[in-house]
Amino acid sequence: MSLTQVGKGDMPYQVRSLYRSLLRQSRQFAAYNFREYAKRRTRDSFREHQNESEERRVQELMQKGIKELQSLKRQTVVSQFYQLDRLVVEGGKTGKQKGDGGGIMRQKDTGWD
Amino acid sequence: MTNIAPSLARQALRIGARRYPSTSFARFSPTVTSTVGGHIRTYVSETKPSNATVNVDTTIQADKSAFLAQSGKRPQDATMPTTGMSADAMMSPAAGILKQATIMDEGTRPIYLDMQATTPMDPRVVDAMLPFMTGLYGNPHSRTHAYGWETDQAIEQARAHIADLIGADPKEIIFTSGATESNNMSIKGVARFFKRGGKKNHIITSQTEHKCVLDSCRHLQDEGFQVTYLPVQNNGLVDMAQLEAAIRPETAIVSIMTVNNEIGVIQPMEEIGQLCRSKKVYFHTDGAQAVGKIPIDVNKMNVDLMSISGHKIYGPMGIGACYVRRRPRVRLDPIISGGGQERGLRSGTLSPPLAVGMGEAARICKEEMQYDHTRISRLSNRLLEGLLAMEHTTLNGDRERHYPGCVNVSFAYVEGESLLMALKDIALSSGSACTSASLEPSYVLRALGSSDESAHSSIRFGIGRFTTEEEIDYVLKAVRERVSFLRELSPLWELVQEGIDLNTIEWSQH
Repeated sequence: MSLTQVGKGDMPYQVRSLYRSLLRQSRQFAAYNFREYAKRRTRDSFREHQNESEERRVQELMQKGIKELQSLKRQTVVSQFYQLDRLVVEGGKTGKQKGDGGGIMRQKDTGWD
Repeated sequence: MTNIAPSLARQALRIGARRYPSTSFARFSPTVTSTVGGHIRTYVSETKPSNATVNVDTTIQADKSAFLAQSGKRPQDATMPTTGMSADAMMSPAAGILKQATIMDEGTRPIYLDMQATTPMDPRVVDAMLPFMTGLYGNPHSRTHAYGWETDQAIEQARAHIADLIGADPKEIIFTSGATESNNMSIKGVARFFKRGGKKNHIITSQTEHKCVLDSCRHLQDEGFQVTYLPVQNNGLVDMAQLEAAIRPETAIVSIMTVNNEIGVIQPMEEIGQLCRSKKVYFHTDGAQAVGKIPIDVNKMNVDLMSISGHKIYGPMGIGACYVRRRPRVRLDPIISGGGQERGLRSGTLSPPLAVGMGEAARICKEEMQYDHTRISRLSNRLLEGLLAMEHTTLNGDRERHYPGCVNVSFAYVEGESLLMALKDIALSSGSACTSASLEPSYVLRALGSSDESAHSSIRFGIGRFTTEEEIDYVLKAVRERVSFLRELSPLWELVQEGIDLNTIEWSQH
């Protein structure tokens, strides 16, 4: 069910749904810094406004969130087109090659040497 | 169930083919068998570069021969159903994707911690710019058709966003190619305008300014201007009494940067602005590192000219802006003359994507300033606490009047450049990007009165909107490890550990 189809009375559901979609979309960023920022910013701004009671204000913020979601959808796609190596802080993986040969592909384009 | 029998048979065959009769022995101690047998049997795939790469040409060849075997046609002769493309063309993209596949198990890209040099472009900025790179390509100065009108409108909106960020009027914003051009335009423009009047021929600037300001002043010196390079105090701040003493009746312009690019100190802008206004001297400030990061109001600070850079506020490179006050009017001699765009101060067609990107970046900066500032302060404190907890480290610049996103720390008894080399997994700099190619110690740190050794051993850490806690922790760990490693190598460090003061040593002359 998309956000526009839900009735006006069902605001808490809409807000939660937007929150989930924003977070889900944020995870799609290929670049580590943008991904972490999008997740953090989403979480923090929803937390900042969690006690908002005025109907009009909530509507405004929802509109802003929907706009952000649209831009997020476009930008995550762009980000996935131009993937670079991961950062040294990323992962939790070991970097050792496991299993059959040539499973992991490597490209070194760090700029230095 | 049907395939159990063949696999059992295969297993039996394999056991039968083994050289050693004792199968259980072979199964339980493979290393022993391999050494006894004299031939090397590897259970882990060998690590070599060719194993870790995909040969695209071979893959295409294999694809092609498989296709030929299956369909009996050469790929270039066959047409793929529903697409109308030849099979050959369909095959190469697959190989192309393999070539592009750079997914790695562990990253090798360094952490970016040089936000004073440039900042990554915010995805929201890219999103605002993309329409102007694809469909909306009109010349914003074309007044005769809709293509021009729409880009012109977007540029005016961007101008309003930038003006809003610094509390100015949109008409006072001039788009340039960057902060360097803005600085040149302001200093040379004002000076040359006054030279025509023949009255004022004196410029004041500080020793810690950016190279482009210092070089503009040097250039004007050749044209017959007098320039005062104000020294700064040990904490990097300009002494107000000294500045007041330096202002003469023939002073045309004072140029002092808001936030220093190397040490991050914030100059007392309001006091300087007030002083300049009372002495009727134009006040120019290089706000490239300050705009969008700390609250700025040109009217409260009495700033007459301000340089702004696009790529330091998460916007695109290649664009900047110059604030030129209209009331009281600041008169400039334009450096670039031409079609009279931008009030005649900077002719040349504007780039709509860049201008829109910078406008969007300014809007986001204004909206997020509080959020970003608290976050950057938190990360900066975490980094600073960690670094200063190591022995013989000092922060350069004032601790209080300090933009938290710029942390410049000296690591005594370590050569800065060798530390930068050792920290290859972190993108850092020992000073401004312009001077990073030379091995000279930073002139900014020298101006603060720090010794050659201390200036040589300092590193600048830049924290920005997209820096994470994990990155800071990684950096702290890496710096700690490598500084202690480099110190272990150093004979000076050994002397210090023994309690010898290095200043008392008489080094023999050669």
